[in-house]
Amino acid sequence: METEQYLLSGIIFFVVSALSALVPAKKIRTTAYFLSLLGSLSFLFLGFNLITAAPASFPVLAVSSYFEFALRGDALSGFFVITISLITFAISIYSIGFTRDMARAGFLGFFYNILILSLYAVVLSENLFTFLIAWETMAIASYLLVTIERTEKASRAGLFYAVMTHIGTAFIIVLFFLLYRATGKMDFEGMKAGIAAMPADIKSVVFVFALIGFGTKAGLIPLHTWIPRAYPVAPPQVAALMSGLMVKMGIYGIIRICMDVMGQGPEWWGITVIAVGAVSALLGILYAIIENELKLFLAYSSVENIGIILLGVGASMMFKSSGLYALSSVALAAALFHVLNHALFKGALFLGSGSIIRGAGTGNMERMGGLLKRMPYTGLFFLAGALSICALPPFNGFVSEWLTYQSLLLGYQSPSITAKIVSPLGGAALALTGAIAAAGFVKAFGISFLGMPRTAEAKDAREGSPSMLIGMGLLAVPCLLFGLFPGLALSWLLPAVFALTGAFPALESHGVLVIGQTSAALSPAALLITMIFMAVAVLLAIRIMGGKRKTVYADSWDCGIRGLTPRMQYTATAFTKPLRIIYKRIYLPSRDLKVRYVLKPFFVKSIQYGGEITPFFERYLYEPVTGFINVVAGKVRLLQSGSLQLYLGYILITLIVLLIFGT
Amino acid sequence: MHNFQFLIIILFSPLVNGLIKKLKASMQGRVGPGVFQPYYDLLRLLKKDMVVSTVTSWIFKATPYIVFAATVVAALIVPVVSTLSSFSITGDVIALIYLFALARFFMALAGLDAGTGFGGEGSSREMTVAILVEPMMMLALFTAAISAGSTNLVRIATVQSVNFSPSHLLALSAFLVAIIAETGRVPVDNPDTHLELTMIHEGMILEYSGRYLALMEWGHFIKQMVLFTLAVDIFFPAGMVQASGGVTVAAAAGIYALKMLGMAVLMALVESTRAKVRFFQLPSILGSAFVLAFLSLVTHIMMEK
Repeated sequence: METEQYLLSGIIFFVVSALSALVPAKKIRTTAYFLSLLGSLSFLFLGFNLITAAPASFPVLAVSSYFEFALRGDALSGFFVITISLITFAISIYSIGFTRDMARAGFLGFFYNILILSLYAVVLSENLFTFLIAWETMAIASYLLVTIERTEKASRAGLFYAVMTHIGTAFIIVLFFLLYRATGKMDFEGMKAGIAAMPADIKSVVFVFALIGFGTKAGLIPLHTWIPRAYPVAPPQVAALMSGLMVKMGIYGIIRICMDVMGQGPEWWGITVIAVGAVSALLGILYAIIENELKLFLAYSSVENIGIILLGVGASMMFKSSGLYALSSVALAAALFHVLNHALFKGALFLGSGSIIRGAGTGNMERMGGLLKRMPYTGLFFLAGALSICALPPFNGFVSEWLTYQSLLLGYQSPSITAKIVSPLGGAALALTGAIAAAGFVKAFGISFLGMPRTAEAKDAREGSPSMLIGMGLLAVPCLLFGLFPGLALSWLLPAVFALTGAFPALESHGVLVIGQTSAALSPAALLITMIFMAVAVLLAIRIMGGKRKTVYADSWDCGIRGLTPRMQYTATAFTKPLRIIYKRIYLPSRDLKVRYVLKPFFVKSIQYGGEITPFFERYLYEPVTGFINVVAGKVRLLQSGSLQLYLGYILITLIVLLIFGT
Repeated sequence: MHNFQFLIIILFSPLVNGLIKKLKASMQGRVGPGVFQPYYDLLRLLKKDMVVSTVTSWIFKATPYIVFAATVVAALIVPVVSTLSSFSITGDVIALIYLFALARFFMALAGLDAGTGFGGEGSSREMTVAILVEPMMMLALFTAAISAGSTNLVRIATVQSVNFSPSHLLALSAFLVAIIAETGRVPVDNPDTHLELTMIHEGMILEYSGRYLALMEWGHFIKQMVLFTLAVDIFFPAGMVQASGGVTVAAAAGIYALKMLGMAVLMALVESTRAKVRFFQLPSILGSAFVLAFLSLVTHIMMEK
């Protein structure tokens, strides 16, 4: 079938699905998600066509001679289209079961499909006009989905998100205007062709604005503050969509503008991106690990992973500006691979959190425990997601982080001293991030799924419905598959890498990843096979050496008191206490201890403990800015007296001023 | 034959541990158990019945095998007496560190699985120590990798025969601190105690008994010897069987034994002369090792010009 027909059928499937979601009959509403599945499939084929064939332009819908609604796909769009299709396919399956008994499910289904369509439109936009319309549709649809639960908390979060995302859009509009003024073109291809006319310092302004504008959507620190507000109140499948795909649109924008349209820039662009990425990764995971609310923890961990992706993007930009195109291609491949991987495992984890919240009736880890026995498959998929996100072999996160390490280590081949020092430090930041992430997910999985149930609800937790499990499985299983066979996923993104860096990283040969420049090699499949071989070998050896022994089941060691209770288990808060002490300069914790005595100081009646960390960026960046705006707004309000005569006076003064200066 | 050199690590790792204990005992004026005691312990554990907590899930039972297998695969990657191993395509030094991370991840989960305070405390502390150690160890390894031009261990061990440049000495000292922390030795952890308030590694595996405990202990011995081998591979790889000749296998084995003896003496010395520090003093020790690793990187880049 033609590329165009895939596009058309995809759009039709999603639009019909969106409309039928509004039908009040429950059966039709649920069936609508099957149409979304077909839509994702159509777009998947579209994506495969885009990465193999030459860039394709689609028929134009002209609004006026200036503004036309035009779509165009190239290899980069193709890779993002494939990613969006794979993830939305799984999330739609999950939604079939999950939304069955939800309130406002029709509204949810409608905007769910609109959001997916807008994601496709963003990566397929040919010109600025189309891009901005798609971008705004995405913002509005996601805003409406975030505020779907009509609670005070949700509407505040939604408002905060709407304001933040529009600040980002403002920067994007300005940078588009700058590009238009320098090149006289509205479409990305035309701008790319005419970019030589643009002065270098204006280019740098565009770069900074792109980093701020798209960085707000991507959730870069300190522009991340909407993420921990919006995700926890959004339904889990929406959170998966936003965290897995929508924030990646920010990454897409940065790559599109800074590496495609503008080609390349001075070295400090790349170094800035590496620095911003390292800070986001580190602070993101440090804020994540102390959270006990499962969705909040995952939300902050998204900030971390965007940082990791940007480490790769930054390294690629840095190498490109030094003319080291082969190295640049390795780094970009790492970044794009992590885009796909993060969408997969974060999708699985958010869907998992939805099943847990529904099954155990709470999102707070401190109220869970022992869920693995009650929700075995959800637990298994959650564990697969956790292993991937902690970059543990042989899962996909490990492969993309390994490539990121390799590209950062190749920094020593760069001629500049700064690059030589910055890139290994980026690698050390990645190592630290990985170690904190591992601790965080040991906590998240260990406290929620292992041990004894801490509440009655957790004790009665039920496994999710089959469609929810299939949806999660479709995201979790590829985490292992793409880890074992990275060549498959790499083949989807290498055309884009070639288009952007002019080089093909000679990465894979016979199932082994090899970095050509250094002969560093990795074969996750061989790692797994040898691991399984060794485990089986030792199992047999033990049987032979030790003979058959019996296993006695008994209580856990309780130091002689009789019977441990669930409340004696280690808690999530206690688990991260050492970190709160060690990194107290970052957390700025405060504690509140109220002890009531019967007879001071010997007989304690009750102890009340509260701990809190300082939201650093809110307090020292956002509050001063919003405070300043409020003060200025208060002053401006003096103009608004409500008196008609005064307003007529303003008009008169304006008229006089115009008459004087107009001539 | 070169592909079977990992068996040296698997078979002799308990001996290295026994040796360290014996050396420590004689430095402290005790007789101490014989050097083969770890083997007797492992055999005894293998022949025992097991007690498993009813609270635990399959994670608890799978963990010993995952830990052991991951550690053994790490031993496969590292060149022991010869650089002619074909396992260098399986993974590099980064894969090796992450295999240990995989083992640690499951060990920490198993610590939480029984729902006891000790397990949770051990897990929490182990992961915290890993957070402090990992970036420092990686940075030290990066310096070595950058100077050899690759993270491929065979390549690192082939390129230079003795690495005693200032930057390598700095990296080596940072890496030795990392080894002490990773193997749970004084001053970071005390491998000989079951005292509740001080234990890290022992707390995590407290619920294990019988053959599971044997696997965990053996895995720990293997990890220790892999780290020792990694240190000698990177910093003084002289005397290995190389493609370009090098020394004979017998000579290489003898030299390797001497190197391991050296590492054992060093560990025994550190453990005998240092006291275990408070947990929250660890950041300053490990943080200064991070500074060493960073200086080693800067020195390398500055001197290379």
